[in-house]
Amino acid sequence: MSALAEIPVLSVNQLSIAVDNDGTPVPITDDVSFTIGRGEVLALVGESGSGKSVTALALMQLLGAGLRIARGEIVFETHDGFRTDVVRLGAKGKAIEALRGARMGMIFQEPMSSFSPIHTIGAQIAEVVQVHEKVGRAAARARAAELLGKVGIPDPVGALDRYPTEFSGGMRQRAMIARALICKPSLLIADEPTTALDVTIQGQILQLLRSLKREFGMSILFITHDLGIVAQMADRVAIMYSGRIVESGPVRDIFRHPVHPYTRALLDAVPRLGDIDRGRRIQPIAGAMPNIFDAPSGCRFHPRCPVRDMPRCAEKLPPRAEVEKHFVECIHGERELAK
Amino acid sequence: MIRFLSRRLAYMALTLLLVSLVSFVIIQAAPGDYAEIFAAQKAATGAIITLADIEAMRIELGLDQPWYVQYGRWLAGALHGDFGYSWAWRRPVGEVIAERMPLTLTIAFATLIFMYAVSIPVGIYSAVRRYSFGDYAFSIAGYLGLAIPNFLLALVLLYISQQYFHQSVGGLFSPGYENAAWSWAKVQDLLAHLIVPVVVLGTSGTAFLTRAMRAAVLDELNKMYVLSARASGLSPMQLLLRYPVRMALNPIASTLGWRLTYVISGAPIVGYVLALPDTGPLFLNALLNQDMLLAGALIFIFCALTIIGTFVSDLLLVLLDPRIRLE
Repeated sequence: MSALAEIPVLSVNQLSIAVDNDGTPVPITDDVSFTIGRGEVLALVGESGSGKSVTALALMQLLGAGLRIARGEIVFETHDGFRTDVVRLGAKGKAIEALRGARMGMIFQEPMSSFSPIHTIGAQIAEVVQVHEKVGRAAARARAAELLGKVGIPDPVGALDRYPTEFSGGMRQRAMIARALICKPSLLIADEPTTALDVTIQGQILQLLRSLKREFGMSILFITHDLGIVAQMADRVAIMYSGRIVESGPVRDIFRHPVHPYTRALLDAVPRLGDIDRGRRIQPIAGAMPNIFDAPSGCRFHPRCPVRDMPRCAEKLPPRAEVEKHFVECIHGERELAK
Repeated sequence: MIRFLSRRLAYMALTLLLVSLVSFVIIQAAPGDYAEIFAAQKAATGAIITLADIEAMRIELGLDQPWYVQYGRWLAGALHGDFGYSWAWRRPVGEVIAERMPLTLTIAFATLIFMYAVSIPVGIYSAVRRYSFGDYAFSIAGYLGLAIPNFLLALVLLYISQQYFHQSVGGLFSPGYENAAWSWAKVQDLLAHLIVPVVVLGTSGTAFLTRAMRAAVLDELNKMYVLSARASGLSPMQLLLRYPVRMALNPIASTLGWRLTYVISGAPIVGYVLALPDTGPLFLNALLNQDMLLAGALIFIFCALTIIGTFVSDLLLVLLDPRIRLE
């Protein structure tokens, strides 16, 4: 699957994002590195506060006030020869604006509030085309209608003149996808796009994203905390804990052979059919994720880790072990991967 | 949409009716009636008036009828612009008011335009550059504007324009233009005279609206749709004007009705201080002289203007916000 192309569309290298705490920067993600190949879906998985959404926002230089990229690079390269380091582009100006919405698209968790309630759906989608391309209003509207049709909205031409409040949550998320894809971006960043939706609608949206991915030949960074979605959508997965990627690799490898104790704990926390018959109970992970202002030394998971080796785990960061694109950051990593 | 408008119109008519009743009650509240006042005046000039004369006059004027008949007559007259007779002016109330109303309206509208023209851009600026030097400067100016009483500001501005600009501020025209035919020079003269009353009447409203606009824009800037528009590649300026500002205008537009009330009810004292020949001093004097038909008519007209202002702001909201249209 991931052998679609040699050069990844996105490679994030040692990205650190810091929050300004009364003048002193406190890192909220640390040394985050991953790549996304062409046509590939990478799932970035983690609990709330693990830094996954902040990482997604940083990819388009959309970090909020007080947050900034402290270190690292975000190399973005598309098939037409366009290559840039998003970190160097900065958060302001024409260069980054030309990238947003055109070469990278983004959809968000809240389809309810992602559209302005007082502008028509059509105006808000057509506007993206007009911002990026020299096209007239009529042509932009025609494109918007075409995209609305593609994302499965009935009567797309009529939908142009409707307001977001007239759409259901699922319809709004479809419209959001149309808005993100109208300029045919090479990378779609989807930040928990189905979290706010009913399970049945969730399935439809995932199905839609899969078919659009094939049609547009794009790559997707899928941010989620739902391992079920990872199994359905992703080619590869990266597990984030307290601002660091602790394990990453092809979905099959990770699901069949999780190595990091946090990944194992996450998988144990997923309910499965037949659990009750087998007398199995969901295993919650003891403790809570550390506060970023008070992060533990060494491996950040060690206070909650069932297999920790003290005091080694608390002294320094564990080394990164790798076997066939399966990366783990754990002192037991090497031994476990070899199994 | 049509249902919404007709419902609003019906409410408006109902409110006007209630307001007319209140105005009538105020007219009646003064001690003595028209016949007695008339008699007292005549007596003061030395004429001999008997109780029978007063009674005859009461019957002639319909003052012996129950209150609802009197109210009905007054209301019917008011709807035709006939508000009765002002004994202080010895002329029909309608005529006296008609002379001065255009000026009151001119000042009120100029003040409204001034308030919105200043507060909207300043509010946007203060929100976008929050905690900047400019934001603080405007905030301080705003609090001063809110805190200074109108009449004091009027006196200070009178002094300044007299002393430093050699501009006569009392009234609306320089002495030479008062009776001149309308010309560009006369319009300029009028505008120059409008500045002081407009600033005096508009300052605290402007300060208030600026704070409201700033808060509304700040609120909108944190909304999810702003982030999603940024993620679509809109530049900060395009985005600001298209979404947050447009949204923030709704609460501002909805207050138009009571802004108008505020301007009109603030006008009498300012008009008095600045010696403007508008309805302000007219109203004040009517109350002082117990010229109740004139006072009642003015109250009724002021209230009617406010109700119309509220209706206009409802209409604006319908135009600005599709969610109201769709209901």
